[in-house]
Amino acid sequence: MAFSSIEALLTAAKDMPLWEAILRSDLEDRGVEQADSIEKMTLRWQAMVAAVEGYDACERSASGLVGGDGGRMDAAPRHYVDSYGQQVIATALKTGECNACMKRIVAAPTAGASGVLPAVLIPLRGRHSDEELIRALYVAAGFGQVIATRASISGAEGGCQAEIGSASGMAAAALTDLQGGSPQQCADACAMALQNLLGLVCDPVGGLVEVPCVQRNVVGAVNAIAAAEMALAGIGTVIPCDEVIDTMRAVGDALPSSLRETGEGGLAATPTARRLVLS
Amino acid sequence: MNLFEIMGPIMVGPSSSHTAGAVRIGFIAQRLLGGRPDWAQLQLSGSFAATGKGHGTDRALIAGLLGMAPDDVRIPMSHHIAAKEGMEVELGHIELRGAHPNSVLLHLSRADKRLSLQAASLGGGRVRVEAIDGMEARFSGESPTLIIRNEDRPGMVGEVSAMLGYHNMNIATMQLYRAHRGGLAVMVLEFDAPVPLMLRQTLEHLPGICSVTYLELEGT
Repeated sequence: MAFSSIEALLTAAKDMPLWEAILRSDLEDRGVEQADSIEKMTLRWQAMVAAVEGYDACERSASGLVGGDGGRMDAAPRHYVDSYGQQVIATALKTGECNACMKRIVAAPTAGASGVLPAVLIPLRGRHSDEELIRALYVAAGFGQVIATRASISGAEGGCQAEIGSASGMAAAALTDLQGGSPQQCADACAMALQNLLGLVCDPVGGLVEVPCVQRNVVGAVNAIAAAEMALAGIGTVIPCDEVIDTMRAVGDALPSSLRETGEGGLAATPTARRLVLS
Repeated sequence: MNLFEIMGPIMVGPSSSHTAGAVRIGFIAQRLLGGRPDWAQLQLSGSFAATGKGHGTDRALIAGLLGMAPDDVRIPMSHHIAAKEGMEVELGHIELRGAHPNSVLLHLSRADKRLSLQAASLGGGRVRVEAIDGMEARFSGESPTLIIRNEDRPGMVGEVSAMLGYHNMNIATMQLYRAHRGGLAVMVLEFDAPVPLMLRQTLEHLPGICSVTYLELEGT
């Protein structure tokens, strides 16, 4: 069965790697063979890579609000980040733009937040094997499953914290595991990433998955990297991961509906957004 | 939610509810109709009507009616493909009172067969059929599903469930609907395992059964 808490997930990972505990729970949950599950995850990994490789900087979304930023980021000189950091930002933008332009992407955990995991993992392809990166996807999915069970991964229910926040928490756990962090460190990384984005509202201009969604994928990715670095440095959290997830739910419930994907509040309610929607 | 509902689905963007879910609704509709419609009228309601255009909801529904899956890269071109294949499409808006915000009412025809279907996209690509031909009938299409129309008279439910039990088919869920007493009734049955063709044909020949429609979708 799917884990109902991070604590239960960590207990299951006492005698085996985290990714394997999550894989086993999937096999039990869906009643399938290991090869079936691995193949399914591999297809998702390949689809993430294919979306980024097929990115076309000339394309624009139907509304014309987004497109081309991934290409701009690739071509620009770097000022503050290293090569990995630049690729992370570019990959998040590219995947988000592919999604907005009706290209094939992997909802991870949603279409609006589909850029976060590819952003942190795809630029690591030279350093890690595909097998290792697919295992990292298992870790991400396992944490995501607990978030979906205890809180929400829907912007309409929980605001953007439930989409970009969840993706960022999942990515932070995956990155921590990838560098040999303990399961507890993965949980700490997830908790830090989530608490840093608590309260993030879902305020899409015109109700479309474009502005500010595409650029928020960058924040989700960068936040995940920072949280993973902290966890790997031995920095923990005061509030345990399960309680942070429960908090995300409570905060989501407290958000007014205007800030939950209705396109009525936040950036969507600005004079510029209203003018764009009318034109 | 299972692991691959979190890491997935693989889909054409931009929205799991307004795009992937819409493809799935179209796909279920064409399966229930028995193939690609010759004529389709799509009436979008609520958020589908308000933001559907920017999310490609119309293109997604048409793609589903053409038999495409939510990850088919031809979804953005579905209007063009429908025109080429001779499927006539009419688009409009409707206010479906009390319906889920992401709802659509489809009227379809294929040769002499007609079907109307109301469905909602619930988020994450999951959908629910709400009504068929104006009669309430709720199901997700996630499990093998039988939609049986029958005369509303005593013993029908017993006969159907006895027949299924005799063939060792375990019913996961069962719902009953009817238009009015003594009129036409609908049974919606969901199963854990596929329902064999032979059994479906046997059910169809039971006295009092008007039609048996079967839906079995492959998971993505």
